[in-house]
Amino acid sequence: MLHALLASTVVPPDPFHAPGTEIFITHCWVGSGEWCMNRAMFWMVMSAVIVIGFFVLATRKSKLVPTGMQNLAEVTVDFVRNSVIMEVMGKGGLTFLPLLTAMFSFIFVNNIFGIIPGISFPTTSRMAIPIFLALMVYVIFNFMGVKSQGGLTYLKSVLFPPGVPWPIYFLVTPIELVSVFIVRPLTLSVRLFANMVAGHLILTIFAVGTYYLGAHFFFAEGANKLVGLFSIPAFAMLLFMMAFELLVAFLQAYIFTILTAVYIGGAMHPEH
Amino acid sequence: MSHMLALLAAVEGDVGAIGKGLVYGLAAIGPGIGIGFLVGKSVEAMARQPEAAGQVRTTMFLGIAFVEALALFGFVLSFII
Repeated sequence: MLHALLASTVVPPDPFHAPGTEIFITHCWVGSGEWCMNRAMFWMVMSAVIVIGFFVLATRKSKLVPTGMQNLAEVTVDFVRNSVIMEVMGKGGLTFLPLLTAMFSFIFVNNIFGIIPGISFPTTSRMAIPIFLALMVYVIFNFMGVKSQGGLTYLKSVLFPPGVPWPIYFLVTPIELVSVFIVRPLTLSVRLFANMVAGHLILTIFAVGTYYLGAHFFFAEGANKLVGLFSIPAFAMLLFMMAFELLVAFLQAYIFTILTAVYIGGAMHPEH
Repeated sequence: MSHMLALLAAVEGDVGAIGKGLVYGLAAIGPGIGIGFLVGKSVEAMARQPEAAGQVRTTMFLGIAFVEALALFGFVLSFII
């Protein structure tokens, strides 16, 4: 009886299907239609709650000598301040510290969801979030460029970079036009999106592979049981890829933030 | 060449999978070489001038981000086609 129940729920379906893009399709949890609450949306809202809650809790009773959570919050802010803003924007960019810190923590938390067991879904692997963040950056850096240089001067400094002999402008201006106003938001969002999709696919493939191969231990007959041994390297690879995804989650949040800083800094202070 | 064409004509089944593999494989060649050069040169620069390591590292990540985007376009395209 028990064995039959186990066999009906634990035996993997035959034949093996490699997981594909269908693992990114989510189903409605609450409500229905296009605007329902699904897995991606729920965890995106949760990530905002986590980031806000963390920073509020950590700095509510801040002490001169930080302990525990306050330490982590200060490390995060210090990291964005010293290795993002000071490196690429200089002192003038410190007004953007709140924006960039929020952006960094939000993207990092959304990425890290991919390797937390039980959630196992990086919400940034749904295109809506990266494209929204990239469009936000697009609006901000163009607004800052127009605000600090004036509309026409900004356009001129972007499309006609100084220090170039004038015939080259026939070549440079169209390239700059496309690369600044079209390719920038596109690459910014696609980079984050594709990295998270690739990571989630790899993790899923190794997890499913471990499951299928490990099932041979219990349900195969005779010498076929030995196939189950191959689930050990598959599981080791899964653990290794999880550690690697932790690195990728951090790196992508860092790169998104630093590119935002570069774009804003470049729009505020043109090259001379 | 005619051998290749005959071979291609004889391929049956899910040819789309081969195309997807080719798209990503070809898109990964250039960025692979590019990131190799980029990181190699950055390591060289950091070894020659350790006090500039922080700035070199930041610039290296920026460069990697730009180069890597090309490979990722190939990755996304392989799902679209």
